[in-house]
This record gives sequence, structure tokens and C-alpha cells, in this order.
Amino acid sequence: MNPKTMDKIAKIVLWAVGVFLIALLIVFIGYMLYKGLPILSLQFLFGMPSDIEAGGGVGPQLFNTFYILFLSMGLSGIVALGAAIYLSEYAKDTWLTRFIRLSTESLATVPSIVLGLFGMVVFVDYLGMGFSILGGSLALSLLNLPLLVRITEQSLRAVPQTYREASLALGATKWQTIRKVVLPSAFGGIITGIMLAGGRAIGESAILIFTAGTTVSRHMGDFDVFAAGETLAVHLWYVMGIGLVPDRIDIANGIGALLIIIVLFINLLLMALQKKLKMV
Amino acid sequence: MKNLFKKTGLMAMALVLGASMFAGCGGTQDKKATSTAAKVEGKVTASGSTALLPLLKVGQEEFYKLHDKVTINLSGGGSFTGQKQVASGSVDIGNSDVALASDLAGKGLVQHNLVGIPFVFIVNKDVNVDSLTDKQYVDILTGKITNWQEVGGKNQKITIIHRAKSSGSRATIATVVLQGKEFTNDAIIQDSNGAVRSAIATTPGAIGYVDAAYADKSIKVLKFNGVAYSIQAVSEGKYPVYTTGRMFTKGEAKGAVKAFIDYVTSDAFQNKNVESKGFIPLTKLPKK
Amino acid sequence: MNKYNVSRIRNNKLVYWLFISAASVLGLIIVALLIFISQQGLQTFRDVSPIEFFFSSNWNPDANKFGALIFIIGSLAVTVFSILVGGPLGVLGAIFLAKLAPRWMRNILQPAINLYMAIPSVVYGFIGLTVIVPAVRNIFGVASGFGIFTASFILAIMILPTVISIAADALTAVPQVLEEGSIALGATYWQTIWHIVLPTALPGIITGIVLGMARAIGETMAVQMVIGNTPQLAKSLFSPTSTLPSEIVVEMGNTPFGSVWGNSLFLMALVLLIISIFMIVIVRKISSYKAVKI
Repeated sequence: MNPKTMDKIAKIVLWAVGVFLIALLIVFIGYMLYKGLPILSLQFLFGMPSDIEAGGGVGPQLFNTFYILFLSMGLSGIVALGAAIYLSEYAKDTWLTRFIRLSTESLATVPSIVLGLFGMVVFVDYLGMGFSILGGSLALSLLNLPLLVRITEQSLRAVPQTYREASLALGATKWQTIRKVVLPSAFGGIITGIMLAGGRAIGESAILIFTAGTTVSRHMGDFDVFAAGETLAVHLWYVMGIGLVPDRIDIANGIGALLIIIVLFINLLLMALQKKLKMV
Repeated sequence: MKNLFKKTGLMAMALVLGASMFAGCGGTQDKKATSTAAKVEGKVTASGSTALLPLLKVGQEEFYKLHDKVTINLSGGGSFTGQKQVASGSVDIGNSDVALASDLAGKGLVQHNLVGIPFVFIVNKDVNVDSLTDKQYVDILTGKITNWQEVGGKNQKITIIHRAKSSGSRATIATVVLQGKEFTNDAIIQDSNGAVRSAIATTPGAIGYVDAAYADKSIKVLKFNGVAYSIQAVSEGKYPVYTTGRMFTKGEAKGAVKAFIDYVTSDAFQNKNVESKGFIPLTKLPKK
Repeated sequence: MNKYNVSRIRNNKLVYWLFISAASVLGLIIVALLIFISQQGLQTFRDVSPIEFFFSSNWNPDANKFGALIFIIGSLAVTVFSILVGGPLGVLGAIFLAKLAPRWMRNILQPAINLYMAIPSVVYGFIGLTVIVPAVRNIFGVASGFGIFTASFILAIMILPTVISIAADALTAVPQVLEEGSIALGATYWQTIWHIVLPTALPGIITGIVLGMARAIGETMAVQMVIGNTPQLAKSLFSPTSTLPSEIVVEMGNTPFGSVWGNSLFLMALVLLIISIFMIVIVRKISSYKAVKI
């Protein structure tokens, strides 16, 4: 085939894929927002939930979602960053690093139900945390880790070797080079990792059902890490599969829309941060 | 750029510190509260049967109105999870809709009956059969009858949609209806009452069973031997498809745990909330 | 000056140990998880022969029959089919996003892809159950609409964000000079992408596909709602069957922990791990092969 025609076809196909991706998303998300947006009100967002009558809110679940997300991203983020720096900057290609890399990828395939069960046996039962925010956060960290490590390592590796050599040649130590040259250049990729892992974590239910439980603290905005930690996604699963409250469909639709909005918001925030960093 | 990095780092650290301090504060406040108040207080944790979860959440909500120093922490996980966890001491109450597992007998668990859980057979709305006999249910569920024509309906394939082998609901149907015969493997399995209902509502010719509380307008409820489910029919012994929801404690219940169990088994709660949520109050179960 | 240097070097050593310990924590967690799963899982073999577990399709725990072949085949099938659809679609999407889309399009597409990730798997499952299952039944005229086809279809969408964002990052990282050089030599746009950009970014693209596969094979909540969870070998793409994770999730909650039944579920988790490690190794082998040839 003529390379010119080929080129044209390729471009058309690529555009078609791009448009298809957006169209599909609009159908999915548009449907969810269309159903869910009318439900969102201050009372819904910040009210206490009710299992007796219609009109309950998701306030504590909203709080728990952020609290658990924050704790688990904090825990797994620190470990993942350290491990990724080690893997990309220090580690030689030994069996040990190969083992760590391979096991990180296989950790990504462990079904969330197994992580949940592991969390239940170890954190909830053995370490005595009970169904709690802390137990849920620790178990959720296991889900975040592989994605964070892989993407962080990948973006650290993408930093051109010449940057490092220049920095070292100027007399900087290895740590200074990593901190001031490598990390800032890899920042965009790291943000992608955080967004992906965070988005996945926000929607996760299987792990948290078995570790954070399906009730909330009786106090609004309870920072106690041993309080019950039902999140929005778990509540969604609960009202769809188990709940008997009359307005359960509305609640489910409302939570669906709310989750979309939260992730959209976090994305915009991180993109703004990325842009700012690029400008400096 | 460097500054921003530092700043975000510092902020993250401050936030973590702040959060953990808050958490610390929360903890000490709770402790103080327990030492000064005189009423029932403390923390009750329960896990187990998902069928009982929505009812217990109602109990929790009503209980909170009476006691402001008690926190109740409810989780699902399944009947055996609840039994296991209460036996090992990781929760105070294990909720179950099946009898105690044989390997947990002799662990000092005390049973508190909570409610009757009735089950109904439901079908997709396009099925034009209204009632089946127990024999017909057995034949359908064991895979002997596979077309609605054989039980007086139209020529349509029967699709069975029900719960997993380990589910308490399935165990009840197996004992009460099948009486030991085996379910056919040729069936769709969903993991909750809500999902079974949705699947049956969208699959022509589908049949399954759910806790009566989940029967709504999206599906059609079948009669059992000509008897429609009602609390009265169960009381009079005409509708046998139900089981007893129970709570297990390790040893006799004490303190807040006892207060909560006393409350959900009290007449006040049983009369006000149990029926309206689709369960059967203990007093209306037929005496055996 | 001298003092500064000493502290600089000490710092250097300190952070090195910090990184090593972070990597070790990661390794420890994974080893702990592996030990936990295999210790529970391997106990199955005290009661069930490996031959029965791996080669029998008779799964009937009440009658002491623990053949897991159905679930293994089910898992492999949904993973392969979903990656066959989602993989190429994702890579094309990534090329479009990273290399072709104008800025305004990129500004829409980038957050859009992250939003795909944000849809909870329970929601994918419910949309699958209430919209796609009936649609498949009507379009293909099959009995129930549950099965491998529906599950793979949903999984293909679910793995898109993983594949696209990781592959797009790798494509963006390809130095601009390479492309400019190729274009300057008279290559068309597509020739440049095909012969220069894709091979350079291949390791990152492979990572994206591997993680997408990992996501597909381990996905639990969405698959279990549309696969049917029927312990029968699939007769076609449209007959209900079951996968390893979906069987684990529907059975686990009510199965006594430590019983043969419970252990066999953990063994399934172990099998799942081994299958995915195997898949990952193969994909990596293939990609390193390709990379050398080019």
C-alpha cells in the first residue's frame, strides 16, 4: 500500500479510537450523572445515613472515603517512592531486584477479595484492629502498592541519564541528584501513578467490606482510626445488594455521581499542580 | 520547583501528624467518657450474616436514640465469618442465619434468637405461572424440569438464578424445600439478594428465591403450594419456607452488648421495625 | 565546607538505607502475602489430589469434589479475550493521546481516561447486569446473556485506563528529536510512529498491557455479576461459567476458614497468582525478543 494512503488510514483510525473513547465515557458517565446529580443536595452530602426511612445522607461515608484514601495513599506512597527510587537508581540487576519487580507485578493480580481476606485475618483479627479505618487503610495500601511502584519506577527511569551525569559531574551527591534533578523531572509520571492508584482506591469495595466494615462512626468526621470505616463505594455495594431502605436506588445513583465528581475534582487539582510545576 | 517540593512534603507531613493527633485525641476522649458516665456505654462490634445486616442497622439507629454513649460497629462477611469471629473473640456478636458450625460447638457460644427470615420464590414478570407445588419446586431446582410448559406455563426455558453454595439462604432452601436433594449446577449464581433480584428482573423465564424483604415490583412472587407468603401464613404453619436469624455471643452477653441484644429482641423493636422491614417477629413464629 | 561535606555524605548513606528498607518492606509484604495464601491453599492437598484439583471439572464441595478446572479455564478465557480487545484499543488510544491529538482534545481525553478508572467496579458490574447482559441476549439470541463474552466486554473497558495512561506516558517520553529526524528524512507520520516511536516506547507499552492483564485476571466484583458463576465448563462464549476470583468471592464469605472448602478457595488464589506470574514472564520474554530484533 502507498505510504501516504496508509498514513491517512492510520490517522483516521486513531481519531476514531479517540472519539470512541470519549463517546463511550460520555454514555457511561452521562448516564450516571443524569441519574445521580438530581439527588445531590447538602442534606445528602453531609447528612447521617438512615436505614429506616428515605432521606438519609452519606456524610460519614464521604469523610471516611477521603480519610481512608489519604491514609492508604500516604502509607503506600512512602513505601512505593522509596522502593521505586531504590529499584531505578541503586539496584543492580540481581535476582533480588528481579524478584521484587516480578512480585510487585504479581501483587497487582491478586484479586481484591484475597487482599481483603488477608487484611481481615491479619489486621482485623490477629492484630486486633477490628473493622476499622486503620484496618481498611492498611489493606487498601496493598492494592495501591504495585501500581504506584511500577509507574514511579517507570517515570524515574524515563529521566535521561545525561541529567544525572551532569548533576554528578557538578559535584552533587547521589541523593542530591535524586532529590533535585531526578525526582522533579519524573514528577509528571509520579502524578499519573497517584491519580490511577487513587481513582482505583476510591472505587474499591471488595477489600474494604472485609476490613473497614459496613457501618460508620456515630460521630460525624470521626478521626479515630479505630472507628468503623464504611466508604462511599462500600455503601453503594451495600444499598444495591443488601440495603432495604426505600430510597436505595436514589442513594446508589447519588453515590455514583458523587464518586465521579470527586475523581474529576482530584484530577483537575493534580493537573493544575502539574502545570504549575512545569512553569516553575 | 524545589520549594514547591519542600512545601508539598511539609504539608503532607503536617497533615499526617495532624490526623494522627486528632486520632489520639479521639481515643482519649472516648476513654474519659467511659469513666465518667453512668449509663450503658462502650463499643459493640458485630459481624456475619448479610441478610440480617439491614435489620441490625435499623436496630443500631434506634438504639443510638436511647443510648448516646454506645458505639455499634456492624459488618457483613457471611454467617460463618460471624461465627468464626465471635468464637475467636474478634467481635462481640456473630450474626448468623444458619445453625452453629459443628467445629465451633463447645467454644462457649450462646445463641440469641433474633427474627424469622422468610423466603419467597420469585420469577421474571413474563412467567405466567402463579403457584408451584413443593414437588414442582424440587423438580425445577434439581434440573428435572427445564421448561415452563411442564408446569402449566408457556413454552419457555427455565433459567435458575440463585445464591452460592455457601449462602445461608441456599442452605435454608436446601433443607426446607429440597430436603437433602441436590441443586442442579446449571444455574446462574449471584452473591446478594439484591443482585439475584436484578438478574431475575432482566432475564426472561428466570426463577430464584430471595429473602421476602427484597421482593418488590420489579419481579413476580410465586405462591408455595398455593399459599402466598404472609406473616400470618407462617404463624399458622402454612408457609414453611423461613429460617431463624440468630446472634451468637461468647458466654452470656454483658454491658453494652447485652443492652443491644435486649433492645433488638424487645417487643418495642420487634413490633415497630421488624415487620415493616419484611422480617417476622419472634413472637409470631410458629411454636415448635 | 568540610563539615558540610561530611554531613552530605552521611545523608547520602542514610537515604540509601531508607530506600533499601522501603524496597525490603515491599518485598516483605509480598512474601508475607505469598506465604499466607500458599500456606492456606496448599493444605488442600492433604484432602484433595492435585490431579483432581487441576484436571477435574467436577466442583461440588458438599460431595467432596474439588475440581477447579472450570475456573482456571474461565479466568484464562476472559483475560485473553479482554486483552485482545482492550489491548490494541488501548495502545491506539495511547498513540492518539500522546502523538496525534491536538491540545484541546488532549485536555478532554486525559481526564476522561482517569474518569474511567473512577467508576467503581460494582457500578461496571451493575451496568453489565442490567444493560449489557440483556443486550447480549437480544443481539445474539442466546438463552441468558451471562458468560465469557459479556465479562470480557466489560473487562476490556475496565482495563483501558491502565493500558492507555501507562502506554501514553511511555510514548510521550520518546525524545522529540527521534521523531523530527525521521520526519526530516521523509518518512510519513505513521511510518515514524510505527518504526521509530512504538519500538522505543515498547517496554512502557508492554508494562501497560501487563498491568492491564493483571487487572483483568484479578477483577472480582464486576466479573462475578455477569459471568454467571456457574460451575460448568463453558460450551460457548455465551454460556454461563465461572472464573477463579468470582468463585472465590461468592463462596468465601460463608465458607468456614480452615476447612477443605475454604482452603481450596485459597489454593485458587494461589493458582491465580501463578498463572499471572507465568503470563507476565511470557509477555516480558516476548517483548525483550522484539526489542532486540529492532
